[in-house]
Amino acid sequence: MNHWIIVPVLLPLVAGALLLVLQGSGLAAKRAVSIAATTALVPVAMGLMAIAATGEQQIYYLGDWPAPFGIVLVLDRLSALMLALCSVLASASLLYALGGDDTKGAEFHALFQFQLLGINGAFLTGDLFNLFVFFEILLIASYCLIAHGGGRARIRAAMHFVVLNLVGSSVFLIALGVIYGTLGSLNMADLALKVAAVDADSLGLVRVAGLLLLVVFGLKAALLPLGFWLPPAYRSATAAVACLFAIMTKVGVYAIIRVHTLIFIDPSDGGFSLDAWLLPLALATIVAGTIGALAASELRATVSYLVVVSVGTLLAAVGLFSRDGLAAALYYLVHSTLVVGGLFLLADLIGRQRGEVGARLDRSRSVYQPALLGTLFFFAAVAVSGLPPLSGFAAKVSILQAAQTSAAAAWVWGIMLTSGLFVIVTMSRAGTAIFWRTEDTQGEPRPVRGIEALSTCGLLAGALLLMVFGRQAFDYAQATAEQLLHPSGYIEAVLANESVSTPASMRE
Amino acid sequence: MEALFSIVIGILVACGVYLVLRARTFPVVLGLTLISYGVNVFLFASGGLVIGSAPLALPEVLIHPDPLPQALVLTAIVIGFGMTAYTIVLALKAYGELQSDHVDGEAQG
Repeated sequence: MNHWIIVPVLLPLVAGALLLVLQGSGLAAKRAVSIAATTALVPVAMGLMAIAATGEQQIYYLGDWPAPFGIVLVLDRLSALMLALCSVLASASLLYALGGDDTKGAEFHALFQFQLLGINGAFLTGDLFNLFVFFEILLIASYCLIAHGGGRARIRAAMHFVVLNLVGSSVFLIALGVIYGTLGSLNMADLALKVAAVDADSLGLVRVAGLLLLVVFGLKAALLPLGFWLPPAYRSATAAVACLFAIMTKVGVYAIIRVHTLIFIDPSDGGFSLDAWLLPLALATIVAGTIGALAASELRATVSYLVVVSVGTLLAAVGLFSRDGLAAALYYLVHSTLVVGGLFLLADLIGRQRGEVGARLDRSRSVYQPALLGTLFFFAAVAVSGLPPLSGFAAKVSILQAAQTSAAAAWVWGIMLTSGLFVIVTMSRAGTAIFWRTEDTQGEPRPVRGIEALSTCGLLAGALLLMVFGRQAFDYAQATAEQLLHPSGYIEAVLANESVSTPASMRE
Repeated sequence: MEALFSIVIGILVACGVYLVLRARTFPVVLGLTLISYGVNVFLFASGGLVIGSAPLALPEVLIHPDPLPQALVLTAIVIGFGMTAYTIVLALKAYGELQSDHVDGEAQG
């Protein structure tokens, strides 16, 4: 049993608790603990990714209880990828927060660590109820973080966010109750076996549970009819928080991928009719997000709607249910998370230098550092709208290629290309309004600090690195998709109970 | 027994949904509480309802209860309790900031 697997959960937990103890001591101490714990996650996650890249699922039996009775953590290619992505994004957003965002409200650093605890746990766990618990941990931290900084807009958005997610959690519990009541297990690997062998009587109930889970994860991911909470919440959140939240929708996407490639796959009798739902809803999400981005009158709102577009694109690629579609989706997932996170930070930098008008797309004073911010904005716009030579282009081309063989190819091509065109229009309109259509007066002399530039550039550079190392990235994504579409390896690894030292009497 | 349970759960959740849709913070908090009660009872019943079984799994008892849903419900209750507390604090804060107890910050129409 490799104990490094639990480190991404333990490290933020211990750091978060320590930060609460350090409450009385100065800001410097808290910052040091927080940044040390967060950046330490990067090498750990990279190491875990190297282990996962061997292709064998690593299982961590919590308390050494045998599966399916105890809770397991599972490290496979997908969870390792998500952990690495999360650690990079979190480091950048925390670095940015050190520029001053962390002093706008109480206990930013402790909440940040608990947020990471929830996210990392959700990526690692191999148990559905444990997934619920980690979801709640990340949610309660996000409830506080989304209101971080206070103010009318934030409180109002937080209220909606909290109430919606509490209802969502209730639906999650109902789904879990139905699953346990019909199948008698909550371990994902065990469930996969039990769903495959389910009798005709309970098939309907299992199907209901599967679709209820889709509703819950769709709410987290902001899939269309459930995604209206996202733009107001993200646009009003503090920049560093919004940047970190770029991965929150991906937690929902991850859960959809995990549950629907592992448990609810039943090709025998028409399946769980998921493909009938996911692809149309995802395409509708793209349309809604694009319309929102076009209509937005403020840069942060535009970026929030681009998050919706990216979720739609991602789930459309997942909804193709093919190896190529899944691989393209994973590549796009990494690309969109990094670029959107960088865009949130950039929008904050721009808004700060324009004084009162903020990031609104009105005629106003120019920014203080037009060369630096303009270049970054151009780079980000190219990346997010999927133009060559950055990774957005490669991601979109691979999704379109994967869609070629699908029955809905015309829809996917049509909607994604049209949406891409409108995103270009949106971004050029925003860029023109902010950098060119300005008054002659200069903006607020609040130059970009070194750490802020570092974190923003770091995230945006992801788009370049993904292109330079495109071959390796695509190979990894292909291998991950391959692993996901052959869940028998996962199931066998979990239920093998290799390292468990249980007495023979308990094994019966 | 099952019918009674399902009716009770149905009424709890229906009342909860109605209160949440009132869109005033205090009814919303009460509604969320009722929904979570309904869900907890539902979760408790997912282990199967048996009349006359012992509350604990003892060696001499023949009909064992399923202990797992009890553990799940306990976890759900604790989490729900914390969430309710946070929602109340947030509702108070929202009332202070927005001068209104409507969830949108202002009543419409």
